[in-house]
Amino acid sequence: MALDVLYFAWLRERIGQPRERIETEAATVRDLVAQLAAMDEWHAAALADLSAVRVAVDQELADLDAPLEGAREVAFFPPMTGG
Amino acid sequence: MAARVQSAPFDLAAELAGFGAGSGAVVTFTGLVRDEGGRLVALEIEHYPGMTEKALQAYGEQAAQRFALDGWRIVHRHGRLAVGEPIMMVATAARHRAAAFQAAEYLMDWLKSRAPFWKREIGPDGAGVWVDARAEDEDALSRWQG
Repeated sequence: MALDVLYFAWLRERIGQPRERIETEAATVRDLVAQLAAMDEWHAAALADLSAVRVAVDQELADLDAPLEGAREVAFFPPMTGG
Repeated sequence: MAARVQSAPFDLAAELAGFGAGSGAVVTFTGLVRDEGGRLVALEIEHYPGMTEKALQAYGEQAAQRFALDGWRIVHRHGRLAVGEPIMMVATAARHRAAAFQAAEYLMDWLKSRAPFWKREIGPDGAGVWVDARAEDEDALSRWQG
């Protein structure tokens, strides 16, 4: 399946782009992270410390074990600092 | 009963015109860009278009249900904001003040830690530093859970 993968804040800066289309068979967010981290050193560095990374699947907050079946959009970003 | 995300400034008086008519209590909170003792000249706020609006709407509806609000409003800005500019506002309307105050705090606690915004501090030299999430904000949120 093809997923739109989005990055925000310092993850976007470290990876060097705001979004990319990824062809994947990943069953969970964790599997997708492994695939992305293996792509190049920038992805690997941005996703090295997952305690500093939050995830949304189809614009809903999710955890690393969230399933990706049927998903269209996955976003990675740091802990939020609104308000 | 509305959430909005925009780069333009907002006019608090205009936002509140007619808001809460018929209720006994209206509480508003406005967040401004701090100068941090001269360390900051501006904030840059990034957000996740699409998810942000949905999240704010969902938190507003949760607050309305939990505190039996007659009305609520959230406006949050993004982009570059100079020191002293308003960042965001929440307004809540309820029959009595306790519910209106509590709902405003509830909304602030949720959107500080769960709405997809990220702040970058811009110093006098133009360099930007991403703001780290604060453990106190996460603690503040936990009091509403469970």
